[in-house]
Amino acid sequence: MLALCIAAIVGVGTTWTTTTRGTEIGTLTIGAWTARPRTGTADIDPYSRATITRNGELPIGTGDGVAFTARADDRKRQLDGRCDVVVSGVTPPARFWTLTLYDSKGHLVANSLQRYGFTSEEIIRSADGSFEIHIASRARAGNWLPTGGIERYALMLRLYDTPVGVATRSKRDAPMPAIATVGCS
Amino acid sequence: MIRLAFTIAAGVLLGLVVHLVSVLALPKIASEDAYSRLTPLTKLNAVTQLPLADPANTLMPYLDPAFAEAICRYDLLTGPIKLKVPVSQAYTSVSFYTRNELAYYAINDRSAGKKVIELDLMTEAQHEDLPEDEDVTAADRLIIDSPTATGLIVIKALAPEPGLMAQAQTSLAASSCSVQADQPKQPEPQRPQARR
Repeated sequence: MLALCIAAIVGVGTTWTTTTRGTEIGTLTIGAWTARPRTGTADIDPYSRATITRNGELPIGTGDGVAFTARADDRKRQLDGRCDVVVSGVTPPARFWTLTLYDSKGHLVANSLQRYGFTSEEIIRSADGSFEIHIASRARAGNWLPTGGIERYALMLRLYDTPVGVATRSKRDAPMPAIATVGCS
Repeated sequence: MIRLAFTIAAGVLLGLVVHLVSVLALPKIASEDAYSRLTPLTKLNAVTQLPLADPANTLMPYLDPAFAEAICRYDLLTGPIKLKVPVSQAYTSVSFYTRNELAYYAINDRSAGKKVIELDLMTEAQHEDLPEDEDVTAADRLIIDSPTATGLIVIKALAPEPGLMAQAQTSLAASSCSVQADQPKQPEPQRPQARR
């Protein structure tokens, strides 16, 4: 009886945590960003499959692009909507990219500007092509992405029509922008 | 004491089995998966535009708000599907998913290399039944094999800035997805789907 109880707890518990938090299988980590390029192929691992069906997502297909997620900054501090966060630098080669802010459930965050992210076309860049995006609850000069003051959020950088994918290993192939928390109100 | 240790060890082992079985079974038993969520909203073997992603729209998580999206929910039992997607100005892509959300194929406007992405979607059995000469004469005909009889096709058009969203939606409205006519050599003229 005890054995069965332990079995049920261990089994369902590990399934729940792995499909909620995700696993390290097939993960590409560059700086604060992680991607699972294999989720867009038929070679997807069973954990990612379970997570995707459980959350009702449709993963981005490999012929379409690749999605990088960040939940913390470069110093592993969780992204906090009440703080000022700066995303700066360059992105890997891609025809287009989009950067979107989501709450912890993957939904967009309401704000009066109706701005939920940036595309590579609308971003204001400096002369050398790099950019700086200010993520904060109050208006900032330049590329401002409002957080609505929520406590935890996630950033998703999607690259469309890109050579980045299953074969990508390191920052050299895919230079990802830096994420820094510069201050909290 | 030894018995207790045995019981715990057996429990943990059994637990691992439960874990493996449940992870592998989840894609089959999940009731809130994307296909089930989209079923009430979409027509079968036709293109349906999705409402734009905004905070009130909690249909699916992690939708890209920069895209206009349309879904063709397909069932190949009645015959192969013909898909036509005119490319938009910025970026258009077509992704194919099985009934269990396995992304088995995706193509974008540049890799299609044409003004209109044209594809035939069929099951492997239907592909095998095709007369061979037809495969040869239609060399530039792109045939995709679907691993399952039912599934989802997601058509996306990028609006590089918010003002271009209406344009992206118009471009999607001109795409079509329909069951092929019985005689593939004289296909019925395709009518563009009405915009929702």
